[in-house]
Amino acid sequence: MHGQINVGAIDYSIMVIYILFVLGIGFFLKRYMKSSKDFLESGRSIPAWITGLAFISTNLGALEVMGMGASGAKYGIATCHFYWVGAIPAMVFLGVFMMPFYYGSKARSVPEYLKLRFNEKTRGFNAISFAVMTIFASGISMYAMAKLMQILLGWDFNFSILMSAIIVLAYTFLGGLTSAIYNEVLQFFLIIAGFVPLVFLGLKDAGGWTGVQERLHAVATAQGFAPNAWTKSWTYMGSAHTNPMGVEWFGLIFGLGFVLSFGYWCTNFLVVQRAMAANSMSAARRTPLIGAIPKMFMPILVILPGMIAVALTYQSGVSGFTLKEADGVINYNNTIPLMLGHYLPSGVLGLGLTALMASFMSGMAGNVTAFNTVWTYDIYQSYIKPGQSDKHYLRMGQIATVFGTVVSMGAAYVAASFNNIMDFLQLIFAFVNAPLFATFLLGMFWKKASGNAAFIGLLSGTLGAAVHHGLTKPGLDAPMIKGGWLSLIHTYPSEMAQNFWTATFAFSICFIVTVLFSFIHKANKTDEELKGLVYSLTPKIKETNVPWYSQPATLGIIVCAAAVVLNLFFW
Amino acid sequence: MQLDIRLPIGLLFSILGVVITVFGFITKGSDIYKSSLNININLWTGICLIVFGGFMLIMAMKAQAKNKTK
Repeated sequence: MHGQINVGAIDYSIMVIYILFVLGIGFFLKRYMKSSKDFLESGRSIPAWITGLAFISTNLGALEVMGMGASGAKYGIATCHFYWVGAIPAMVFLGVFMMPFYYGSKARSVPEYLKLRFNEKTRGFNAISFAVMTIFASGISMYAMAKLMQILLGWDFNFSILMSAIIVLAYTFLGGLTSAIYNEVLQFFLIIAGFVPLVFLGLKDAGGWTGVQERLHAVATAQGFAPNAWTKSWTYMGSAHTNPMGVEWFGLIFGLGFVLSFGYWCTNFLVVQRAMAANSMSAARRTPLIGAIPKMFMPILVILPGMIAVALTYQSGVSGFTLKEADGVINYNNTIPLMLGHYLPSGVLGLGLTALMASFMSGMAGNVTAFNTVWTYDIYQSYIKPGQSDKHYLRMGQIATVFGTVVSMGAAYVAASFNNIMDFLQLIFAFVNAPLFATFLLGMFWKKASGNAAFIGLLSGTLGAAVHHGLTKPGLDAPMIKGGWLSLIHTYPSEMAQNFWTATFAFSICFIVTVLFSFIHKANKTDEELKGLVYSLTPKIKETNVPWYSQPATLGIIVCAAAVVLNLFFW
Repeated sequence: MQLDIRLPIGLLFSILGVVITVFGFITKGSDIYKSSLNININLWTGICLIVFGGFMLIMAMKAQAKNKTK
């Protein structure tokens, strides 16, 4: 693929201007970094619209931008379920119901909440698994970016790794979480600026949305599905065999919509940290709700290009570019870069590439800033050196930033030499995150859930996920890493179906075990200690200074209603 | 707040907008627009960026003026 994109001096200038701005923001914010709270928590001083955009941007990294384009081409509009069934309801739930406990408890991180609500063990388990995952996630981001730059622009792999690490390190080291959040907002607007021209040109080329739909009929029938299987999100979800995703409605709603999405958006410190940096309780609660509004329309920018690409190129020779490799197999992964190279001329092309680069870098920065907080507060201050001055912890936060970036670079090279690392990481993520949501749900809404029970539940949920994965496979010829390493009792029609069901099992096991053990091991905290941490023991918040239309509940209802309309419209 | 983020956003997008618009003018009718369906996409995108950047700058300056009068 190398050489397909002609990058000119103008494109490089745009990249350089962007990088200068990123570093400039870091330098400007440096003077405000006086305490560990400023550095690791942004001093809780940021308005809701900024944290809201950062909330969705930190997730708008490599995986989303490249992955959703690929899925759009591979599965069509059903990919939107990740937004309209997955992310949106979870974000509303976080803002309306869970945020009061995160923000109000004065916990500085998600693991710290677990300590306050349950016990030290549960926190330690979560802190360590989270720290390891963030390092790998940021390393994989780095790897993906270096790989892309190598393919598209012919850059040296080592140079790309080093460059991205230095830039990210510079601005997170100087300006801490604030700097990361500001750059996420910058990235958000850059993605829009770079991708809107792409979608516009693609749509025009394909003859508008109706043109795309007509062309997708051929794509669907050629693969043995009903003609509109690529453009209807629910019609074919009755059975796993009638839609390209290979999932059925129950797995979709419970596995993706409930367990995986709520687990990700409500308990992952990476995103929750953005809301916790808000300047007030009401701003913190509005953060995910404000983020949900642009999030709903993200499919236009990230999924639609993939659908356009496959619509235009499935029958070869029509559009002058193709997703097919030399051997005739369709490679979905490079859909977005191919589209960028095909439609955008020098100038706007630079903007598009800068947007991609920005999304990779802020994906890394998000992980690094979440890592340094969990490391400093939940591991270092708790287990290694408690009781030091704040200056000491500020210094530790800065050292952790350097350390986290350097280890991420190592992880990037591990990823480069180990083919399946991405699959492996996603697996671990599903194992750890899915049961965690059950722990939080019980912790926040059932005061009898006890510390010991939570720890045992979390452990058995994680184990349960591993066992389920070991006993099932997506298709008979799937490799070991995809499952079936214990023995085989069930095969799923697709990886996605297996994933959703693994999550469902993990959640249910954690939930049931925690409830059972809560009756055996009685609660270890008094009602007084649990005030502000559990729903029934926390006084309802009255937000008298906020007009009714920007109350979290009102916003939540509006957002949910809009998501329902979108689902019905593309039913 | 320490730094109004609308300021760097406004500056960045205005600068990028000017660069891309000027480039669009220079390359008017050039072959590079064959791939973009003969639309001078640089010109249009550039203008949109300038409008957005300008809007952000105005908002930032308004907020600053308001802060000063306080």
